[in-house]
Amino acid sequence: MAEHAHRHPTPMLYLVIFLCLAFFTCATWAIAFADLGIWNPVVALAIACTKAVLVILFFMHVRYSDRLTMVTVGCGFFWLLILITLSLSDYLSRTLFAT
Amino acid sequence: MSTATTAIKPVMPARHYLNDNYGIRSWLLTKDHKRIAVLYLVSITFFFFMGGLFAALIRLELLTPAGDLFTSDTYNKLFSMHGINMVFFFLVPSIPATLGNFVLPIMLGAKDLAFPKINLLSWYIYIFAGFFSLAVMVSGGVDTGWTFYTPLSSGFLRTHVALMAVGIIFAGFSSIFTGLNFIVTVHRMRAPGLTWGRLPLFVWSNYATSLIMVLATPVLAITLILLAMERTFHIGVFDPRYGGDPVLFQHMFWFYSHPAVYIMILPGMGVISELVTCFSRKRVFGYSFVAFSSIAIAVFGFLVWAHHMFVAGISQYSAMVFSLLSMAVAIPSAVKIFNWTATMYKGSISLDTPMLYALGFMGLFTIGGLTGVMLAALGMDVHIHDTYFVIAHFHYVMVGGMVSAYLGGLHFWWPKITGRMYPEAPAKLAAIITFIGFNLTFFPQFILGYLGMPRRYHAYPPEFQVLNVLSSAGASVLAVAFLMPAIYFLWSLKYGPIAGDNPWKATGLEWETSSPPPTHNFHEVPVVTTDPYHYGSDQEVTVVH
Amino acid sequence: MSTSQTTTTDHHPALVHQFDSMEQQKAASTFGMWVFLLTEIMMFGGLFAAYLIYRIKYYPAFVAGSTSISVSWGFANTLVLIASSLTMAMAVWAAQKGKRSYQIWFILGTMILGSVFLGIKAKEYYDKWDECHVPGHVIGKGFNAWGGCSVQNPGLGNIADEIQKHAHDSGTIVPEASAIQTAKQTEIFFSFYFLMTGLHAFHMIIGMGLMTWLLLRARRGEFGPAYYTPVELGGLYWHFVDIVWIYLFPLLYLISRHKGAA
Repeated sequence: MAEHAHRHPTPMLYLVIFLCLAFFTCATWAIAFADLGIWNPVVALAIACTKAVLVILFFMHVRYSDRLTMVTVGCGFFWLLILITLSLSDYLSRTLFAT
Repeated sequence: MSTATTAIKPVMPARHYLNDNYGIRSWLLTKDHKRIAVLYLVSITFFFFMGGLFAALIRLELLTPAGDLFTSDTYNKLFSMHGINMVFFFLVPSIPATLGNFVLPIMLGAKDLAFPKINLLSWYIYIFAGFFSLAVMVSGGVDTGWTFYTPLSSGFLRTHVALMAVGIIFAGFSSIFTGLNFIVTVHRMRAPGLTWGRLPLFVWSNYATSLIMVLATPVLAITLILLAMERTFHIGVFDPRYGGDPVLFQHMFWFYSHPAVYIMILPGMGVISELVTCFSRKRVFGYSFVAFSSIAIAVFGFLVWAHHMFVAGISQYSAMVFSLLSMAVAIPSAVKIFNWTATMYKGSISLDTPMLYALGFMGLFTIGGLTGVMLAALGMDVHIHDTYFVIAHFHYVMVGGMVSAYLGGLHFWWPKITGRMYPEAPAKLAAIITFIGFNLTFFPQFILGYLGMPRRYHAYPPEFQVLNVLSSAGASVLAVAFLMPAIYFLWSLKYGPIAGDNPWKATGLEWETSSPPPTHNFHEVPVVTTDPYHYGSDQEVTVVH
Repeated sequence: MSTSQTTTTDHHPALVHQFDSMEQQKAASTFGMWVFLLTEIMMFGGLFAAYLIYRIKYYPAFVAGSTSISVSWGFANTLVLIASSLTMAMAVWAAQKGKRSYQIWFILGTMILGSVFLGIKAKEYYDKWDECHVPGHVIGKGFNAWGGCSVQNPGLGNIADEIQKHAHDSGTIVPEASAIQTAKQTEIFFSFYFLMTGLHAFHMIIGMGLMTWLLLRARRGEFGPAYYTPVELGGLYWHFVDIVWIYLFPLLYLISRHKGAA
């Protein structure tokens, strides 16, 4: 069991991340009122993912954690993707090649 | 403590986990994984016999073509209760919560699991869930089948669906906490020198099982929560009357329930790995392949769930994809069967009771698995879905496979758990009767299903009666076969010969400590320097003093 | 710079018997919390998957439903929760540094912001109840998205009207029957609105309980550089609940908010 140096973020870094998150929140709110057609939900989700990544990496210290933690987080999102994509593949393919 | 003491009669250690502390509080507030395992052992045995009782009633009804013993509504409740009891309160916890809880930390050289209090909490949640569900059953139960398909369950039927769902949700959380505990323990609490490549395959299997428990069970929880909400508050989620989609329920339900069958079988496969190596006196063939096949089954098992929904209304293209993936998931299981057979080749086989169960497993699981592949074929499934063919298939893998493995493991580790040996002659007899009774019960069901007898019907055309009678006769034989271990295991607690540390001369850290083990598992921290299953080698497993 | 090995490992009062060192205990506990969060991802994930499928199926109804909930309150709540994540992260930092009074203030701050969040949520729920946008028959009010429902303001919450008005603003016409049909389907949207935000709020309440426990322990001075794991784990839980809301906000509140949307 190797000891790894506990590098932790400083309060200043936390503040910066918070400001980024606040900025992205304002951005997603503002962009929602712009007409981007099909891209609205895409942009909204992309911003949400960015915010989530910031919280995970810095507030939850994953940036400073071992690989096992990162794999665990990755697994969570990957398995969620399995549920969503395989279920959706049923619904979306019902009318895809309709005869 | 010396290891190979053939000349000296074994004695019980003076202090061990069973006599370290007396009194009901020392059991109900224990943090010792071994005591918790024993608590689970007693509880799941109870639920096994409950499920068995419902099975007996089902087989009684099916002795005659007419639905004369029970009304169809009552019969619906019977098979629902049988399924719920067996799946959620017996099969899912069985090996992990009993044998896994007991043996896993010792195999890892640890003093306990990572979170002993959560382990105890897990048992309490299980007990609450079990007795809550029992109360629901007694006050009328559910008649939806263990699969709770909507819209039957979301509004059409008037039985206690929401309450039963609550019971199962709690059972799920018990399962989640056990899995969480195992994962953290395996990652963080291995003894010095115990690398992943030296882990016993039982650990690999339970680890893979725990991955599934942790990833799949929450989806069941949310699905049942949604169902309960829908029933109670009449909101629209799955009920078409409110705009809901019944197929969505099936997607979400089977996302858990298919991986759940791998939760049920993987620990059994882990047991078989231990039994086959020990009773062939040979290291396992292709250790890495067997180890990784457990992980492969866990991962692949998540990609195949819609093969339960081929005729439910999913798109044809989706069905083809799932059919293909379902064929693929059989491959890692086959790898295990091949490797166990290769392990036995040129081994020194001894046909002790655990080995009899292991051999039974290998044959019966193969049949069950192959019929699974038949069901995975889209064209076949259209005809045999919802027939007795499906029932025979899953009973072959679950009873012929899993229960055999469970009994084999129980016999194998019984001396370690209790310090006493069970009586060999009745045990061998029970194993053989189990095999005969099992095949007599379920093989006719393959034929029945193939001929078109639907499942979940209490009446059937008279031409099916002969096969049904055979099946019910087999069930009574099976019942006897399951009662026998219950009796002689209890008998052995007082009268069984004292086993000693390692009655099987098996490898593995659990056999180096006393039988029963001390509360802290080891007197000295073990250091592992050898590969697992080093049968027939000169290396002697050492314990560092 | 080593931070955690300042006291003897074997005899720290918080070391439990199954672990050999505080280091192992921290590593195992933290990993255990992450595995638990993994289960939470899958649980919320199931809900999100179902939501996604219905959103595709009943898109116009989901647009209508989303338009009827207050984006301002949702936006405010998002900022509140993100701020609470900041105070929580700071609480972990303070615990790690052994600064007792900072720990207390930051945990308290997190709890206050959490309460603000729950208060705003309660107000939003009340608004929905007032407008009869509550699915099924809950607490005596039936779902009614197409007629006047509020006692003070009849006509408030008439989604069918809103749909027609919205379409008119973008230059198209939606016949009344079609608007009512869509309004019926919004019941599914509101089911998911209440289920998703409800499950989230339930987790928030549990989080508040956790914070209370941590606060009491922090007051007793239990946390310092050698042992601050409970605060860290509490932080992980809190941040996770924040992340769920980060996704809930756009998914529920920001469906097609722009003018001229279909």
